[in-house]
Amino acid sequence: MRTMSDLLKLSLTDVSAKLKAKEVSASELATEAVKACKAAQPALNAFTAFDEDKTQAMAKAADARLAKGEGGLLEGVPLAIKDLFAVEGVDTSASSNILKGFKPTYESTVTSKLWGKGAVFVAKTSMDEFAMGSSNETANTGPVVNPWKAAGGNESLTPGGSSGGSAAAVAADLCFGATGTDTGGSIRQPASFTGTVGVKGTYGRTSRWGVVAFASSLDHPGPFAKTVKDSAMMLQAMSGHDPKDSTSLPNEVPDFVAACGQSVKGLKIGVPKEYRVDGMPAEIDDAWQKGIDWLKAAGCEIVDISLPHTKYALPAYYIVAPAEASSNLARYDGMRYGNRVDGPDLNGTYENTRGAGFGHEVQRRIMIGTYVLSAGYYDAYYLRAQKVRTRILQDFHDAFDKVDAILTPSAPSAAFALGSKSDDPIAMYLNDVFTVTANLAGVPAMSVPAGLDSSGLPLGLQVITRALDEETMFKVGAALEDSAGFTHKAAKWW
Amino acid sequence: MSVTADDVRRIARLARLAEPEDRVDALVGELNGILNWIEQLNEVDVEGVQAMTTPVAFPLPMRKDEVTDGGIRDKVLANAPKSDEGFFVVPKSVE
Repeated sequence: MRTMSDLLKLSLTDVSAKLKAKEVSASELATEAVKACKAAQPALNAFTAFDEDKTQAMAKAADARLAKGEGGLLEGVPLAIKDLFAVEGVDTSASSNILKGFKPTYESTVTSKLWGKGAVFVAKTSMDEFAMGSSNETANTGPVVNPWKAAGGNESLTPGGSSGGSAAAVAADLCFGATGTDTGGSIRQPASFTGTVGVKGTYGRTSRWGVVAFASSLDHPGPFAKTVKDSAMMLQAMSGHDPKDSTSLPNEVPDFVAACGQSVKGLKIGVPKEYRVDGMPAEIDDAWQKGIDWLKAAGCEIVDISLPHTKYALPAYYIVAPAEASSNLARYDGMRYGNRVDGPDLNGTYENTRGAGFGHEVQRRIMIGTYVLSAGYYDAYYLRAQKVRTRILQDFHDAFDKVDAILTPSAPSAAFALGSKSDDPIAMYLNDVFTVTANLAGVPAMSVPAGLDSSGLPLGLQVITRALDEETMFKVGAALEDSAGFTHKAAKWW
Repeated sequence: MSVTADDVRRIARLARLAEPEDRVDALVGELNGILNWIEQLNEVDVEGVQAMTTPVAFPLPMRKDEVTDGGIRDKVLANAPKSDEGFFVVPKSVE
């Protein structure tokens, strides 16, 4: 007999069908999801807040609509929400002490779109503080633990970051999908580390309104899901023009779901030579080669390409992102919201508030940002980095003259042990070496699980396409998923 | 370019961050590590290159200059560390 907890293992697509067929109610499903999240919390530490009254009220409303046959795209489906998204009345702290206890009196555009399609709130998920990190170790509530463990080992691994809680929640079958944000790889790297699908659309496809700002020109809200089609449903629901975000794209949202499963025959797939970096494990290279072979077998033409400015993407990012962050985070002054720590005078209060409220990584980035924007340095750093960014975008334009999509590994390693890189900022930053280019260029990119390494840990492949062409990305992503046949799950220990 | 302990104190002040003295040396090392790594951007020829502003060009949207929101004083004050009689309470800033 199928138990309720088996239902949590289903894909979003499959559970949606069961909800519409009234084989399970949204209320039962939501109760089960909250129960599973709470049971996993002591081991995985993936969640920062629950609101069961809200969850039950939303599920009940979904059941009422389902009873009338009126359900939306995500009707009755329990989702987890990264702690960067404002959810009305629910603690939203960006995993930072400076915002501890902040309860938004408004809803982010992305979450209100999800609720508008019938989705049900389950929990807020932990993240690196203000999304600054690649291992979830800078969260004020401590690191999230990856549900995956190396074969025969018991070491706690990182789920990646910054959206580590969302990735862990989806990987452990605690919900059917989750939101994340991707500024340098914060969706795709954790997706790769947890055997989940992670997507960011074109810059501006999803609204940033109501999402705690990190680096405004690089921030991309997007989904985590168990399958490519599920991720397409999520991105479909999250996308669309928002007058409250001046960088929100006015373009019509294509049918992402319909693109999944369409033939990739004849598509030209670029393989960039610059993504073969020194010291990359051979297994990553092997996974990449497998992906190339799968797409060739599916009828794609493989084309060697060059993205010559790739090596400059991370250094450019570590000017642009801290500069924008130092400006965005200036708002946390302890006056109108957030926690205030009094000082001898007004400046002393600002300094104490921010010194006590921000963690070390956030302070480090604010200081880098302040320095590169300070008098005399703007041209040498920020302006130069923005010009290098144009070069990186031009690399993509040149490549997309020849190919329809680009295939790369998602991350330079599998999930690593918690604590193993936290002393070396640059080693940590290098996690994003394959993902950050797509943020700088604003082009769509996704990570799809490709297989396991010899320790039994998941590895992801990344698909990058032209701006506004998420459909080709989903087509290629679904083809990879189909060939990979990735059905592995982390063995339950939590 | 490299930063000194005095630079770190100055940057912290500009950023309104209280950095305890025993963090300054560590920050000098960390910031110099990052700044030296960033230096490699000087290798890129950016002569005549425009600074990037947006990945997908579209005209900045205009809207009518009219009030579309408001009348939510209590919501605005709901997360204030200190408020009184419908006002934010802040430290004295003018003598």
